[in-house]
Amino acid sequence: MSALSDNLVTFAILAYLVAMIGHAVEYALGNVRTRVATAAPVRELVGAGGGVVPMPPAKVPSPPTVDRSAGRARLAGLFGVGATAVAAVLHLAALVTRGLAADRMPWGNMYEFVLTVTFIGVAAWLVVLWKRPSLRKLGLFLTLVMVLLVATAELVLYVPIVPLVPALNSYWFIIHVSTIVFASGIFLLGVVPAVGFLMRSGYEQGKRSFPYTLAKRLPGAVGLERLTFALHAFAFPIFTFAVIAGAIWAEAAWGRPWGWDPKETWAFISWVVYAGYLHARATPSVKRNVATWIAVLGFLTMLMNLFGVNIFFTGLHSYGGLD
Amino acid sequence: MTVVDDRPETAAPAPRRRPNRLLALLRNSWRQLTSMRTALILLFLLAIAAIPGSVLPQRGISPEKVNEYFVDHPDWAPRLDRIGAFEVFGSVWFSAIYLLLFTSLIGCITPRLRDHVRTLRSRPPAAPKRMARLPQHTVLPAPPGGAAAIAEALRKRRWRVEVRGDEVSAEKGYLKETGNLLFHTSLIAVLIGVALGSWYGWSGNRLLVAGADNAFCNTRQQYAEAKLGPQVSSADLPRFCLRLDDFEARFLASGQPEFFNATVTVDGPDEPTRSADFSVNSPLRLNDASVYLLGHGYAPVIRYTDRFGNSQISDEPFLTTGDMGLTSEGLAAFPDANVDPATGQRAPDQQMAFTGIYLPTAPEQAPFVRSQYPTERNPALNLVAYRGNLGLDAGIPGSVYQLDQRQVRAGKVKEVGTKLLRKGETWKLDDGTTVEFLGTERYVTLSIRHDPGSTMLLVSCGVLLVGLMGSLFGKRRRVFFRVVPADPGEGSPTSGSSLMEVGGLPRTDYPGFADEFTQLVAAVSGAERTGDGADSAERAGVREGAE
Repeated sequence: MSALSDNLVTFAILAYLVAMIGHAVEYALGNVRTRVATAAPVRELVGAGGGVVPMPPAKVPSPPTVDRSAGRARLAGLFGVGATAVAAVLHLAALVTRGLAADRMPWGNMYEFVLTVTFIGVAAWLVVLWKRPSLRKLGLFLTLVMVLLVATAELVLYVPIVPLVPALNSYWFIIHVSTIVFASGIFLLGVVPAVGFLMRSGYEQGKRSFPYTLAKRLPGAVGLERLTFALHAFAFPIFTFAVIAGAIWAEAAWGRPWGWDPKETWAFISWVVYAGYLHARATPSVKRNVATWIAVLGFLTMLMNLFGVNIFFTGLHSYGGLD
Repeated sequence: MTVVDDRPETAAPAPRRRPNRLLALLRNSWRQLTSMRTALILLFLLAIAAIPGSVLPQRGISPEKVNEYFVDHPDWAPRLDRIGAFEVFGSVWFSAIYLLLFTSLIGCITPRLRDHVRTLRSRPPAAPKRMARLPQHTVLPAPPGGAAAIAEALRKRRWRVEVRGDEVSAEKGYLKETGNLLFHTSLIAVLIGVALGSWYGWSGNRLLVAGADNAFCNTRQQYAEAKLGPQVSSADLPRFCLRLDDFEARFLASGQPEFFNATVTVDGPDEPTRSADFSVNSPLRLNDASVYLLGHGYAPVIRYTDRFGNSQISDEPFLTTGDMGLTSEGLAAFPDANVDPATGQRAPDQQMAFTGIYLPTAPEQAPFVRSQYPTERNPALNLVAYRGNLGLDAGIPGSVYQLDQRQVRAGKVKEVGTKLLRKGETWKLDDGTTVEFLGTERYVTLSIRHDPGSTMLLVSCGVLLVGLMGSLFGKRRRVFFRVVPADPGEGSPTSGSSLMEVGGLPRTDYPGFADEFTQLVAAVSGAERTGDGADSAERAGVREGAE
C-alpha cells in the first residue's frame, strides 16, 4: 500500500506536468493568434468580474484562420484542465493509500503535510474553475506550482511511513492539522491569482517588460484581484481557528497555550501579515497592488514556516521527519 | 475589514476659542496613531520584531541554548543581550509595538462602537429622489398590497424596514460591523487574558523519581526551577503532594515512542487523596494547577558501601542525552561516605562520587557509550569513580547532575577507576569499598502550572472567531422601494396596477450584490410566482455593478 502511494505520487506529478504542458500550449497558441490578428481585443477582461455573466469565448468574432488557432488553444487549455483533474484524483488516491498504509491521517510529517496542502490547493482550484471557467489560463501558474511542490515533496522530503509519536496522538491532531492544512492549501491557491494580478495589472497599465508580458493572456486584473481577496478571506478564519486549536492543544500537551516556539512565532507572523492584507484591502487609500503584495508576503511567511522552520530551527514542532 | 474612510470625523470642528498648540499637537498625534495607516505599519513592525525571536535562542524557551550562544559568540552576545534579543517577546521594543498597536486599536474602535450603537438604534434613511443613480436600479410591477406588502416581504427576509408613505427603505448586514467590533474587542480580551496569566499564574519544572521516598510537595523549594507571577507569593501555591507509583512507556521496534502513562498518588490539604493517571496530551488537572508530563528517564539505584561498612543509596535521575535509545548521564554523589562512626569525623578528601553513563540497552561490545533501544533490554552502567573533596561544603551552588569540575581541575578530586556494571554487579574499588548497581527507578519530567487567564483566553478566542467571520462575510446593503402609479399610456401588461421603482446600494465591497438584488426585487414584486421574474427584471434593465 505504501509503495502504491509512492507510485501514485509519481504519476500525479507526471499528470501535473502534462497539464502544465497543455496550459503552456494554450498560451503559445494564444500568442500565435495575437500575431495573426494584433488588433483582436482582449476578451477575457469581461468575464472576470464577479457577478457578471461570463461571456462564452466561442462567440468571439474573429477571422476564420484565427478562429481555428483559437479553437486549438482552447482545446489545449481544456486538456490542461482535464489533466489537472486526473492529477488531482491520483493525488487524492496517493493520500488515501498513504493514510491506509499508516493507519492514521496522512499528516504526520513534512512529506505528507506538503502532499496534503498541495492537494487542497488543487481541489480548491478545480472548484474555483467550475464556478469561473474564464480563469482557466491561471492553470499554467497553478500547475507549475504543483509540479514544483509535489516534486520537492517526493524528492527531498520523502520519509517512510511511521506511526505517530505520542505527542501527536490526540484528536487535536486531526482538528489542528487538518485546518492548518486546509488553510495553507487555500493560501497556496490564493497566491496564484495574487501574482497573476500583480503581473496583469502592470500589463494593463502598459508595462511591456519581462514579467508583465507573461500576463498578456491572463484574465482581467479586477477579477484576479477579487479572487485573491475571496480566497484569502475564506482561508483567514480557518487559519485563525487552526492556530487557536493549536493553542488549546499546546495547553494540554506542553502546559501553555502559547510559548513562542519557532513554529508558533512564524504562525503569528503569518497571521499578522494576512491580517495586514485584509486591513489594507479594506482601506481605500491603500492601492490594491500594495495590498496584494502583502498577501504574497504572507505566503512567503507560510513557506518560511513550513520549510525554513522545519529545516533550520529546532523546536517543539519538530515532526518534519528530516534529520 | 472596514472602510476607514467611512469613519466620521470624531471631533467635529469644535468652537475654536483659543487654539492651544499643545492640545492640537496631542489631538493630531492621536489621530495619527488611530489611523489605519499607522495601524498597518505597527502590524508590520510587530511581524518583523517577532522574527529575531525565532532566529535567536530565547531565555524563556531554552536558556541553555542562550548560554551556548554566549560561548559561541562572545563578542556579539552581550550586545544582543543589551537590546533584549534573547527575550524578544518581553523586550521593551516588542512591548512598545504591541501596546501602541492596541492603543491605536482602542482609539479606532471606541468611536466606531459609539457610531455603531447609534446606527443600530436608527432607522434606515429615506429613499433618494433619483434612484436611477444608485448602483442597482430597476422598475417592476408592485405587489398588490403596495408599500405594506413590500415591507412585509422584506421583513420576512430579515431586513430592517422603515415605511415612509409610499416609500420603503430597508437595510441589512449590520452583522459586519458588529462582527468587526467583536473581533477587535476580543483581541483586547486576549491580551488581558495573557496579562492575567502572567501576573497571577505560576509554573515550575522538576523531575520526579518513582517511589514513596521521592514524593514531591508543591512548595517553592521543591522545584528545580519555578516562575511565580508578580502577584503570586510562595504562600499562595496550592498545597498538594505527588508520588510517582508507576510509569509505563511503549516503543516501536525503531525506538520511536508510542505510548506513555504515568500513575501518581495525589495527596495533600488542597486535594483529595487519590490515584490518578496522566500522559502526554492529557495532563493531570488539579484544583488550582495542572501537571504535564514532559519527559521521562531512568534513575540508576547505586549502593556504595564505605570503608567502615556503612551503605548509602543514591537514586538520582540520570538525564537523557536526547538520542533515541535514552542514553543517560548523571552523577551519584556520596558526600557523607567514609565518616568514621566512632568519631563522627571524616577526612575531607574521602568523599565519593560516581559519574556515569546509563545504557538501557547496551551494545554487545565496546564502546559502551550509546544505548540502542529505550527499554531495558541489556542495561549497563558505565561508572567513573572519584574520590576527594567534592566541594559541596563550600556553599557554592552546583548542579546535582554534574561533578564540580573546578574541584577536579584543582586536583582536590581524583579519578580512581572506571568500570562497566551490569544490573546486580558489584565493583570493588582500590580501597576495598564497594559500589553496587542495584537496578533502576523510572522518573518523569513534570511541568506544574497554573494559568488563571486561560478561561478568558479561550472564551475571547471563541468570540474572536465569531466576530471575524461576521466581519469578513457580512455585507451591509440598502434597498429602497417607491410605489408609483403605473403610467397608463405605456400599455404595460400590468396596467391598472402600480409599479415600484427599486434602488440598491451595497455599502461594503460586495461583488454578488447584483444577483441578490435581482432575486430580491423579483421575489418582492411577486413575479417569482408567475415564473417570469428573470424576464421582467431583464426588461426593466438591471444595471450592472459599478465595476
